[in-house]
Amino acid sequence: MTTPALKLTGRDAPPRAGGAATATVVAMPSPKRKPAADRILPVLSSIAANVLPPLIVLTVLVGLWQILCSSPTSPLPSPTAILDSSWELIVDPFYDRGGLDKGLFWHILASVQRVAVGYSLAVVVGVALGTLIGQSTWAMRGLDPLFQVLRTVPPLAWLPLSLAAFRDGQPAAIFVIFITAIWPIIINTAVGIRNIPQDYRNVAAVLRLNPIEFFVKIMVPAAAPYIFTGLRIGIGLSWLAIIAAEMLIGGVGIGFFIWDAWNSSLIGDIIVALIYVGIVGFVLDRIIAGLGAIVTRGTAAA
Amino acid sequence: MTSYLKLDHIDKTYSRGGTTTNVLKDVTLEIHKGEYVSIIGHSGCGKSTLLNIVAGLTDATSGGVLLEDREVNSPGPDRAVVFQNHSLLPWLTVYDNVRLAVDKVFSGTRTRAQRHDWTLHNLELVQMAHAKDKRPGEVSGGMKQRVGIARALSMEPKVLLLDEPFGALDALTRAHLQDSVMQIHATLGNTILMITHDVDEAVLLSDRIVMMTNGPSARIGEVLDVHLARPRKRLDLVTNATYLKAREAVLKFLHERHRFVEAA
Repeated sequence: MTTPALKLTGRDAPPRAGGAATATVVAMPSPKRKPAADRILPVLSSIAANVLPPLIVLTVLVGLWQILCSSPTSPLPSPTAILDSSWELIVDPFYDRGGLDKGLFWHILASVQRVAVGYSLAVVVGVALGTLIGQSTWAMRGLDPLFQVLRTVPPLAWLPLSLAAFRDGQPAAIFVIFITAIWPIIINTAVGIRNIPQDYRNVAAVLRLNPIEFFVKIMVPAAAPYIFTGLRIGIGLSWLAIIAAEMLIGGVGIGFFIWDAWNSSLIGDIIVALIYVGIVGFVLDRIIAGLGAIVTRGTAAA
Repeated sequence: MTSYLKLDHIDKTYSRGGTTTNVLKDVTLEIHKGEYVSIIGHSGCGKSTLLNIVAGLTDATSGGVLLEDREVNSPGPDRAVVFQNHSLLPWLTVYDNVRLAVDKVFSGTRTRAQRHDWTLHNLELVQMAHAKDKRPGEVSGGMKQRVGIARALSMEPKVLLLDEPFGALDALTRAHLQDSVMQIHATLGNTILMITHDVDEAVLLSDRIVMMTNGPSARIGEVLDVHLARPRKRLDLVTNATYLKAREAVLKFLHERHRFVEAA
């Protein structure tokens, strides 16, 4: 406040307006607007370059499928047969006739809700535990062997135990999601925290940041790229586990829908459901990746 | 002049396994308010360790640091450090990097608007206000170091600690930054302790040059007063007899009496 402003000269300084350098202004001919076709064409061609290859591949594959499965003795239905048998499922994902007879949207929604609850819990607990074992050598030595063993347990192996503990399908499925997603989150967070450069810790020390400020302002942003790697693996595993868990616990959910369709020999319904499962899994992954890109912008350009 | 910052019989010993290494031995130094003191020595002589002890980032094995007659043994904004590799937080903009320090140090004493103005003022001081919304990854090495200096200055430290601040820069950028630091020192009258291994830099900037002997058990070999009037001009000094004499004295110390022994 009391210090007078300085004018320093330096190479990094911006050039001062009205400096000694003189320049003659040359009038440039104003550029003519290109005809509309010239401007639209490059955009169209770039869209075509990105959209055409997958479209062609998809057409060829579906055509091949149609040819292979069109014989009446084929065990799997052809695309046209699926359109025929599962038409209602495809055109109206929102119907609801009560009970389990609902459109795919409702099944997917139920599954996504379970994943959302289990995964959110895993994020909170996973980041907290990861921070703990990243920060404290003692905690790492104590917990790491346990984690290394537990993380290899397949998700479904937890289900009976979970059912026994919660005595209800819903919390049991959520617990399976939680326990599946948490390991990559813990491990990646711990690695991220461990890799925070000493420089940042020194800055925090000189500024006397308290532990909460250090966590929010240094740890989370510095470890964010690692944390989000864990979060992406976690969401992928959650989606894998929910289908299997729902097959066993029953009720509304895309996993049970597939199992139910199998029991009713509705193979076409299964294939439609698989397409939905794939698309939703892809969208979930992109959401987490997009969040990560927003949160970690700048960090990578260190 | 009274002693402002006092390094009192500092010893530093590292022990790992069964072996102990004595890095610093009985380092005593008194620095006056507004004085610019450089510590020079060969690499590995423990000068960075010494600076870290003053900053509070490393504990001395024995002895201590007194700032205005009060012992300091933990890091704090009263001894702001300009780190060799700038240490800016890459996810924050230039402005936010400085603002983080300003908010932390002055949150209780200044309003938001005052803290904003103070942040900009410090960026202007190092001529970085034009890049305030850029991230550290988008500006040059010299600019990053300017922001590092602005961050340290913004804490209004009692002592400014510079840890080889220009070591990673090319010669031209280094010269510009040295000029900037000299002008800031002239205007604000900061007390500065700088680590360097550049003889010209030490003579140009310092009131006193502290020459360290080679480690292990490095101690202060000699202290040289640089009797050059300020403001100093780089070009005028090239032929200045006092400058050349001081330069020669430091060079002789470093290369005749305390040659760097690689095997050590």
